[in-house]
Amino acid sequence: MGFLEILFSAGTLSQILTGLSRTTILFIVSSGLSLILGVLRIPNIAHGSLYMIGAFTAYSVISFLGGGTFAFFAAMVAAPLVVAAIGFVMERGFFSYLYDREHLMLLLLTFSFALILGDLVKIFWGTEFRSVEPPAFIQGSAEILGLPVPYYNLFLLAVGPFIAVFLWLVVNRTKIGKISRAAAVDAEMVSAVGINVGWVFAFTFVLGCFLAGLGGALIAPMTSVSLGMDHSLIMEAFLIVIMGGLGNVWGALLGSLIFGLSQSLGIMVWPQFGIVFPYLAVVVVLSFRPRGLLRSVW
Amino acid sequence: MKWKYAVPLVLLALLAALPQFLPRFHIYIIAIVLLTGLLATSLNLAIGFGGIYQFHHAVFYGVGAYGTALMLTRSGLPAPLCLVAGPIAAAALSLVMGIICVRLSKLYFGMLQISLGSLVWAIVYRWYSFTGGDNGIPGIPVPEWIASPEGAYYYILAVTAVCMYALHRIVRSPFGKALEGIRDNPVRSEAIGIHVRLHQLAALVIAGFFGGVAGSLFVVIDTSVFPDMMFWTYSLEVLVMCLLGGMYTFFGPLVGSSILVLLRTYVSVYIPYWHLFLGIVLTLLIIFLPDGVLGFAVRRFRPKEGRLA
Repeated sequence: MGFLEILFSAGTLSQILTGLSRTTILFIVSSGLSLILGVLRIPNIAHGSLYMIGAFTAYSVISFLGGGTFAFFAAMVAAPLVVAAIGFVMERGFFSYLYDREHLMLLLLTFSFALILGDLVKIFWGTEFRSVEPPAFIQGSAEILGLPVPYYNLFLLAVGPFIAVFLWLVVNRTKIGKISRAAAVDAEMVSAVGINVGWVFAFTFVLGCFLAGLGGALIAPMTSVSLGMDHSLIMEAFLIVIMGGLGNVWGALLGSLIFGLSQSLGIMVWPQFGIVFPYLAVVVVLSFRPRGLLRSVW
Repeated sequence: MKWKYAVPLVLLALLAALPQFLPRFHIYIIAIVLLTGLLATSLNLAIGFGGIYQFHHAVFYGVGAYGTALMLTRSGLPAPLCLVAGPIAAAALSLVMGIICVRLSKLYFGMLQISLGSLVWAIVYRWYSFTGGDNGIPGIPVPEWIASPEGAYYYILAVTAVCMYALHRIVRSPFGKALEGIRDNPVRSEAIGIHVRLHQLAALVIAGFFGGVAGSLFVVIDTSVFPDMMFWTYSLEVLVMCLLGGMYTFFGPLVGSSILVLLRTYVSVYIPYWHLFLGIVLTLLIIFLPDGVLGFAVRRFRPKEGRLA
């Protein structure tokens, strides 16, 4: 089969759709990470654990309510809120006292939280794999050019842009969003004009954690919910954020697109080494644009 | 002031005597402590003394181990050559990664480094026909003279001692001092004529080499390699060892890795949730003891000098 034939085949299209639905998840999680990095300057390794807790909470809510459309949407609201609450405790209880430490210390502190949260998930939910059914109205798959594409993937594709626009509105059109952007550039100056920077930081951190939880809840029906889902994701999210430009929401979107698509297309081109391609993409991007594709707030 | 060599020499003699009255399992654990200590000390050259955010150091440990393991299993070359090949491969990789990363600063450096390291990990993890993929390589034929547990132990003790001495000399040399200068004030160092990037690159290659030595030592004692050795979580664990012992002291990482390896071995027997335990210890450490156990001891008991020889 020639190169062009592969490029325009139905298989490629379905791979692109798979890649794009994964992009949505990556974007939601990494934009939260990016917000926290941009404003608070914390490289939050525990972000992946929060994502995992989001997925497990979604599982618990759905199985508690016995499945169905209502249970699904209840889980999509409850899981991010639970994760946001954990984030609030983390920020107010620990990070807010340690902002003057160097990045390395903060990184290790979030690593210790990742370890603690990972084991707490093991204590609460055990080590078995869990699976979540998507609600009835988005079960099954559509047929596109003769290949089945799960409706749930299409649902995610529709959700993605909403989140992007919502985030843009929060960051650019609300007062707290504007203050948080100012705090990202110069926190001292912001506090000098009489704004309580501590609460701006808390708000940003909680919003970032909310997004981690939402990403986890949304991915629950797509994969098996299990321990260890945090490890691969947090690395991917970090690389996306670095590739896109620290603290830039659109950068996170662009980075997620590159990452998700290079992953799904890479698997098609060279199944054995498909997982290598996203890392390769990051190396290429950073070799040419060391500070990320879009302008970083740092 | 020759007496400052007394403590390391007594310790060395003690360690050399251990196999006479300790069971095999403990000998194995102490060998792991030693090589992990070397790994953490090599990382500390870059991160503690150089101030370079080497986030994915375990990749050099892994490449050193895989290099040695592959040479021993697949090439017919004499064993000493194979044992050196791993560290040289690690140093070469460190040079390549260093050239790509070194123009970036701090967090960006760390992230590009972690990305390149993950690339290496992904290749090792998937290349079943060459590296054994996620199974790793079990049952590596170690040469006879270090095949017995005692032989392996003495080999590891000797190599670790020599490498620690070499690293100590490097840290105390004008090169080491220049590196510390760069860590504390890169702009000023540049102004007085130090080639910042070149010094950092050299530090990275040296750190990568000794990380690779630690990897090849692991092959000798464990006779197996697996990709988890170079997964990024392990890199952070090594970083924790440096922090635990004290990053601005030479022997801190050795102390930190001893504490961590021994805790893991003996505590995880009683507590099933080792990560929870480690996380709590680490959190308390960061809040109350940010310059590590040894750093704290130095500050507490030797307020004048401030730094351990």
